[in-house]
Amino acid sequence: MSKVLSLSGVSAFYGQIQALKSVDIDVNEGEIVTLIGANGAGKSTLMMTICGNPRARTGSIIYRGEDITNLPMHEIARRQIAQSPEGRRIFPRMSVEENLMMGSQVVKFADYDQQLGLMLELFPRLKERFGQRAGTMSGGEQQMLAIARALMSKPKLLMLDEPSLGLAPLIVKQIFSAIRKLNQEMGLTVLLVEQNAFQALRLAHRGYVLVNGAITMQGPGAELLARPEIRAAYLEGGH
Amino acid sequence: MAARLNANIKDAGSAGLLAFAIFAPFLGLRLHGTTNGLILGYRPELLAIAVALTIAARFLVLTYQARRVHAGRAAWRADKIARSGKFVAPILLICAALMPLIPGIANFYIDLGVLVMTYVMLGWGLNIVVGLAGLLDLGYVAFYAVGAYAFALMAQDFHLGFWECLPLAGIAAAVWGMILGFPVLRLRGDYLAIVTLAFGEIIRLVITNWVSLTGGPNGIYDIPHPSFFGLTFNLEGGPGTFSGFFGLDPDPKQQTTYLYYIIFALALLTNWVTLRLRKLPLGRAWEALREDEIACRSLGINLRNTKLSAFAIGAMFAGFAGCFFATRQAFISPDSFTFIESATVLAIVVLGGVGSQLGVALAALVMIGVPALLQDLSIYRMLFFGIALVVMMVIRPRGFVSTRTPSIALGKRRAISGEMVSEGHG
Repeated sequence: MSKVLSLSGVSAFYGQIQALKSVDIDVNEGEIVTLIGANGAGKSTLMMTICGNPRARTGSIIYRGEDITNLPMHEIARRQIAQSPEGRRIFPRMSVEENLMMGSQVVKFADYDQQLGLMLELFPRLKERFGQRAGTMSGGEQQMLAIARALMSKPKLLMLDEPSLGLAPLIVKQIFSAIRKLNQEMGLTVLLVEQNAFQALRLAHRGYVLVNGAITMQGPGAELLARPEIRAAYLEGGH
Repeated sequence: MAARLNANIKDAGSAGLLAFAIFAPFLGLRLHGTTNGLILGYRPELLAIAVALTIAARFLVLTYQARRVHAGRAAWRADKIARSGKFVAPILLICAALMPLIPGIANFYIDLGVLVMTYVMLGWGLNIVVGLAGLLDLGYVAFYAVGAYAFALMAQDFHLGFWECLPLAGIAAAVWGMILGFPVLRLRGDYLAIVTLAFGEIIRLVITNWVSLTGGPNGIYDIPHPSFFGLTFNLEGGPGTFSGFFGLDPDPKQQTTYLYYIIFALALLTNWVTLRLRKLPLGRAWEALREDEIACRSLGINLRNTKLSAFAIGAMFAGFAGCFFATRQAFISPDSFTFIESATVLAIVVLGGVGSQLGVALAALVMIGVPALLQDLSIYRMLFFGIALVVMMVIRPRGFVSTRTPSIALGKRRAISGEMVSEGHG
């Protein structure tokens, strides 16, 4: 298996505060890798660092053999790394269609029509809402749009930051099954940052646990799920 | 219902008290100058009228607001506005195109039309920056000034005419737009507004104080008027002039009409470019930028280029308008480029409905045309104007035309009412 993304010794700072401490992570082709951890552990920071903001102060980020550590954000995004940032961040006053167009417009090799067809098949709700203003949709629909928009660039790697945030369990299930489908049927590599550790670990091939900016545990999803310390820290009190 | 009525009456009553406190000193009291010095007089009837009007107005506003039903009505209204827009815009366009040709129309009205059209163009230009890209620019007049001075200086020092200078003035303003754009790339919202405001003032102060180049507060005069394919306009007539060539009686209206059509064409150009850009990736990127910067970056949009292009293109149209302003006035001085001009243009954009081309045109007509037409009301002119603006913003808080039509749609386009989404967050 070839490595899609490989971080070694990455640390990042917000001013004086160290948010990431020498993080090593590998994401292989065709894998779903999840990153779990408590609030403030640095999950989102890690994802943002891969995207180039904040920059990694030490270490290197290799994407498909290329060092992207010091590239500007938009250049990283143009290398078929799709990011769905935390909190959905769709364009509320633009229509669903315009949102999807924004997803592919800077990536020259994307085939808009074909990709659009795939997305509307994956998320039929978006088809119903196609001409509607995105800000008037429900949270779940907005999350679907955020994922679909990220996928419009035909990415090799999809990074999702908390897609389950603020959604009803049933909708979370739908979103997660869509991610699984993308992975199994299209061979998409996914890096998933999640609070919902139970769901995320069940979905993922492998997982990393982030505590205070450092990786403390890693392993296959099922194995992590079985560990008593994981159960105690992240899973007690409900699935 | 009764409880609401009660609350409304109470609210109107307290508004009346407030009005009393405000109006008592300057409506209720009056100083008479006599030979023995000043005598204090009273005008209770005027004060009573002001307070009564305030109470009545407040009561009506509250009653009206209570009757407003949201979602469904808003959608219905959006649809209605969008549909009436289809008729209103072409009718306005035809009226604007034919206005100077009305037989017997006074030169004053054509001249007023020139003024209104200048602001329509400025409004449309600023709409690119504020309406599409969402960059709040309080120093837009700076680019207007750059365009005006670029032409005035080239005319004075190199004896170039209006038509040669028009593109140069636009380019000069666009360059200054980028120069402003660079330092403010990382600023947003209020901070951006403050820096652009300062930029506008800096340009004006430089023009005022660089006396050797710009003539300082004395300004630049004898700026040439535009020629009509080499023909000039003057009141004597004769060979080489417009009236002489066409065998007409010289009339100041000829020149005003010509100026009117120049600014009309420039404004239409601004509008056409904006409408075209909205359908291109660049325009869509501007709109996305207005909605969410972080999402834009994660989609691979180069924020620097996108923002700079918005500043530059917006500034370019201000430069054209400034060039036109200089040629129309034949005299420019820093007094024409104060902050109030920026504020007026921004008010036109906001009043018209941010992002709406038709709304901006209507707002320019109201903001510039109405005060000029109300001159008969003399000192009460601004009072009525102010009241009209307040009423406007109460009735339509998001401007005349607060809908946004998607730049692309399969099948039927559905306008989306601004009232359906919360303030600020879209």
